[in-house]
Amino acid sequence: MNSIYFNEEHTMLRDQIRRFIEQRVMPVAEPWEEAGSVPREILQEMGELGFLGIRYSAEYGGSEMDALGSVILAEELGRSTFGGFAVTVLVHTDMASPHLDNFGNKAQLDKYMPDIISGKKIVGVAVTEPDVGSDVAAMKTRAVKDGDHYVLNGSKMFITNGVHGDLFFVAAKTDTSVKPSRGITIFAIEKGTPGFTVGRKLDKMGWLSSDTAELVFDNCRVPAENILGEENKGFYSIMRNFQNERMVLGAQSMGEASKALELTMDYVTTRKAFGGVLFDKQVIRQRLASLASQVEAGRQLVYHAAWLDAQGLDCIKEVSMVKAYCGELVNKVMYDCLQFHGGFGYIRESAIERMYRDARIQSIGGGATEVMLEEVSKRMI
Amino acid sequence: MKILVGVKRVIDFNVRVQVKSDGSGVVKDGVKMSMNPFDEIAVEEALRIKEAGNAEEVIVATIGPKACQEQLRTALAMGADRAIHVQTDEEVQPLTGARIFKALADKEQPKIILLGKQAIDDDNNQTAQMLGALSHWPQATFASEVKIEGETATVIREVDAGLETLSVDLPAVISVDLRLNEPRYVKLPDIMKAKRKPLETMSIEDLGVEHVAEVKVLKTVAPAKRQAGIKVDSVAELVTALKEKGLI
Repeated sequence: MNSIYFNEEHTMLRDQIRRFIEQRVMPVAEPWEEAGSVPREILQEMGELGFLGIRYSAEYGGSEMDALGSVILAEELGRSTFGGFAVTVLVHTDMASPHLDNFGNKAQLDKYMPDIISGKKIVGVAVTEPDVGSDVAAMKTRAVKDGDHYVLNGSKMFITNGVHGDLFFVAAKTDTSVKPSRGITIFAIEKGTPGFTVGRKLDKMGWLSSDTAELVFDNCRVPAENILGEENKGFYSIMRNFQNERMVLGAQSMGEASKALELTMDYVTTRKAFGGVLFDKQVIRQRLASLASQVEAGRQLVYHAAWLDAQGLDCIKEVSMVKAYCGELVNKVMYDCLQFHGGFGYIRESAIERMYRDARIQSIGGGATEVMLEEVSKRMI
Repeated sequence: MKILVGVKRVIDFNVRVQVKSDGSGVVKDGVKMSMNPFDEIAVEEALRIKEAGNAEEVIVATIGPKACQEQLRTALAMGADRAIHVQTDEEVQPLTGARIFKALADKEQPKIILLGKQAIDDDNNQTAQMLGALSHWPQATFASEVKIEGETATVIREVDAGLETLSVDLPAVISVDLRLNEPRYVKLPDIMKAKRKPLETMSIEDLGVEHVAEVKVLKTVAPAKRQAGIKVDSVAELVTALKEKGLI
């Protein structure tokens, strides 16, 4: 692929991830959907290959690549056709662990980073609550100081890797006397900490191989040394991490959309109807060509946003555009791709049926389209 | 002991190759290029021989335009120690390729030269054999198993009748077949390190080899599309149909 954005290392990384997913994931991932989780061995294998530490310090086993490396990982995971597998990995690499990488102190990094990069410890991030989604400042979970500990009470909703994860970065209100955005703190809390339980595993429409849970904190005592970054500055950490999260979700969406178009091309160029193949029908090939053009545009916008990030430039507007545009587009692509698969597309054994269900969350999770467009509109005036 | 491995940049095996409309070749612009899969197996085997303690250095070499360095970097990321790029924009045919590898062998004095049995672009399957003849080294082609013991290589090769076992004295030329091994996944930290490994560039003339093109390609055409078949009910009908087509 000729592109102004990628160097030789990027290309080699993409080749390796693609090969790994085609050989080690796609042939065996169907049972993961039924089991509702991704086997730990696969994640560890990815860890050994360096895929879980693309941007992290070499001191801990990472490779210190830029944001384009994350985009490559997300796109290739999206191409796996198993959205649940993709998001299991991406939450670990690009949504949860960046909290530690960005705001953890030396002792915290030393303690957790090597195991995160090697896949020995899987991580999640707990911000969303049963009644609080994109409006982060409205969260209800409280952490009250008690000597050199904090006592947490509350629950967190839709937490990816919630059932099987080992370590969570949990946001809680530590100061209710100030503006809501100025009283949030992030804690690193390990599974097994007394008072921290998995409330229930949630049944989802798609992303079936990803385990999603409600996490419950009932008088959970956490040492003050587990605070990530500064006390009461958590809101800003969350906002900062949202940028990366949204960028990789956009990249994942475009990987999914590209793969769906390829699968559909295979189908419509072989499936016979009315004396020819489906692709002979102008309406079908025109629609696919139009979608392919839009996906290419979406992809280039993702690359541009990642490039801005790699240059250290502000990219909130572009990332918000990426999340809004790609999250909607992938749904449009899946709708048409399933349509062109005909009845076969409605059958559980077809990849496109799963991809259609998996895509639906892309316009919701990590920032709903409507919220993203507000972010864009604020930056238009 | 050194091992020299040849790698070639070819159109990726996943690409649906298109013939240019003027018949002057196939479309390469904007097409994904990769290391010839047989060569990847050769690199992997060299690394395994080294990791088993039977070699000290793995050198990878390629012939072609500047972009071929991508494939050398991939081989370095896999674990090769250094790379040689014989740079030319001309098309290189098997005999010139074999002469270049002979010159590299004279310079580097490897005990084993490992090559893919053929490249998936032109499928010539000639370079290893020509190199064996030019260097007067024993050759073991189509290897599906290679064992190194002292100054001898025992090679099991895939032939039409089954498997044949050869014992060859080193130095030797070995060409590898698909079932020899499965190349490793490259670790990202090794990809990052590959850039710092030595890559030497030279021209064909630097090696004292003359560039000759013995074979001239007149025209490239796509294979004819397969016609749909028909079903027949009996042997008699089949024979009649074949006769009608003038096939028997």
